[in-house]
Amino acid sequence: MKPDLQYSFKADMQTNRITIRREFDAPKDLVWDCYTKAELLDQWFEPEPFVAKTKSMEFREGGHWHFAMVDPDGNEHWVRFDYEKISPKDSYRAQDAFSDAEGGINRDLPVSTWEVEFEDKAPRTLVQIASTYDSPEALQQVVDMGMKEGLEATLSALDRLLEKLA
Amino acid sequence: MDNNSPALDTVFLAFADSTRRAVLRQLGQGPASVSELAEPFDMALPPFMKHIRTLENAGLITTRKEGRVRTCELNPDKYAAVEQWLHDQRRQWASRYRKLDALLESLKGKSE
Repeated sequence: MKPDLQYSFKADMQTNRITIRREFDAPKDLVWDCYTKAELLDQWFEPEPFVAKTKSMEFREGGHWHFAMVDPDGNEHWVRFDYEKISPKDSYRAQDAFSDAEGGINRDLPVSTWEVEFEDKAPRTLVQIASTYDSPEALQQVVDMGMKEGLEATLSALDRLLEKLA
Repeated sequence: MDNNSPALDTVFLAFADSTRRAVLRQLGQGPASVSELAEPFDMALPPFMKHIRTLENAGLITTRKEGRVRTCELNPDKYAAVEQWLHDQRRQWASRYRKLDALLESLKGKSE
């Protein structure tokens, strides 16, 4: 990241919302493609050490993106983004939910709404993502899951280490 | 964290009120009695006690009664969970966007 690229991360506990603003050193059309085309999303959408792997993508209102977050052990964690509203090259709104391998949404886990906006700052592009959970309870559930996953990741790293040492 | 107590108020519900956030900030300075905590607010004791209960039910504070004085104290473990999650979120977005920066660079190279 170039040092002068704008970046902010804000958590608002009163609205259960996380807002991420980030500038990219590329034209708006190209940045839009990276957010909306499966073959490009697969190359960046999951943070290290995970990789995104698309199963199906239909980027249109009423369509959805179904993909797996693949961990280093090859385990697949399925996610589904349902596109509700799209203003080409400017913004889109989607529901982010956990799903199964067939694309069935898991209603027991929290869903968040993503509002993504693209602003032309030629030669750069500013992207804002606001991710909102329905309730404080839903956000709490996500935090609790994160704690559990963090612990499991630590334990499986410990397992691997112990295997090497054995 | 305790997932088996649906009656518990959540950390986020506890955060979602300016009085409760002010109480938490105050307790960041150290333990205090309920009457000390209530002093800055123009509020009767019963509604103030409701805020204290919400914070206690969320696990953000603990209280103990000695004689007629109820003393409140922060529970750092509960904060740690939320801080850890926010920290993870930040880290994940930074990692994603490092990948996207690299992808955009390579795509720009191709189109030139």
